[in-house]
Amino acid sequence: MIEIEWIWGLVGGLMIGTAAAMYLLINGRVMGASGILGSLVDGTAKAAAPERIAFIAGLVIIPAVLAAVLGGVDTHISSNLVVIIVAGLLVGIGTRLAYGCTSGHGVCGISRLSLRGIVATVFYLLGGGLMMVLFRHVLGII
Amino acid sequence: MQRNIFAFLSGALFGAGLLMSGMVDTVKVQGWLDVFGTWDPTLAFVLGGAIVPMAIAWRIAARHRKSLLGSAIPPAPTATIDANIVIGSVLFGMGWGLAGLCPGPAIASVTFGGWGGALFLVAMAAGMYVAPPIRSKIEHHSAHA
Repeated sequence: MIEIEWIWGLVGGLMIGTAAAMYLLINGRVMGASGILGSLVDGTAKAAAPERIAFIAGLVIIPAVLAAVLGGVDTHISSNLVVIIVAGLLVGIGTRLAYGCTSGHGVCGISRLSLRGIVATVFYLLGGGLMMVLFRHVLGII
Repeated sequence: MQRNIFAFLSGALFGAGLLMSGMVDTVKVQGWLDVFGTWDPTLAFVLGGAIVPMAIAWRIAARHRKSLLGSAIPPAPTATIDANIVIGSVLFGMGWGLAGLCPGPAIASVTFGGWGGALFLVAMAAGMYVAPPIRSKIEHHSAHA
């Protein structure tokens, strides 16, 4: 039984991969969300700053327009203040220690069979799975 | 200017894909990570779908030394697995599981993610700001271990 959401996942995934392909073949850059934002935050973007700001502008504006057209998109984000802050800090620190996240290591790394990308993906999936076991099944917080 | 226009378009398509695929829905992401609960395989389709065009792009890039706008194609990273990539990825995964948001979707959903989404983005940016000295410390430690 194929769920409609799987089809949307595949279509959205193809769009994500095409975006990454464009960014590589046209701009000559690896599309990693954490690197693009992180380098702007810590000041290492330097000459690449304008195109990274342009990338983020597209990444914010188009989903905003689509969400408005669709009449709102529910992200179901937690209302637990501590969970949100701790999770945000972990994602920010972790992706910058590892130099990549789901887009950079996952999509761009795995597709070129990069050992770093594959190892990173294995460890962030393990970290995520561990938190689900601990905080959903053991503690019942999320 | 051309670089900025194409960067904007790449970001736009990335954002549209994140929205369509369900990556901005924390319930779907946590469902994918919740292997021992009611597992949701949607993200496997997202990742699988994303890898296909990118694998083709890497093959095209391998035949050209430069991108269309003239900058060099980034070389493959040196395949060293260090403490930072392991520790960082585990920490990132823990945060990803806890809130169900990774950096791309966190940025993409900031206009419709409510105060929770905005707060996550601020905390994430703060984490990114404090990360470089931590990274240097880990590097220094593992070099002398």
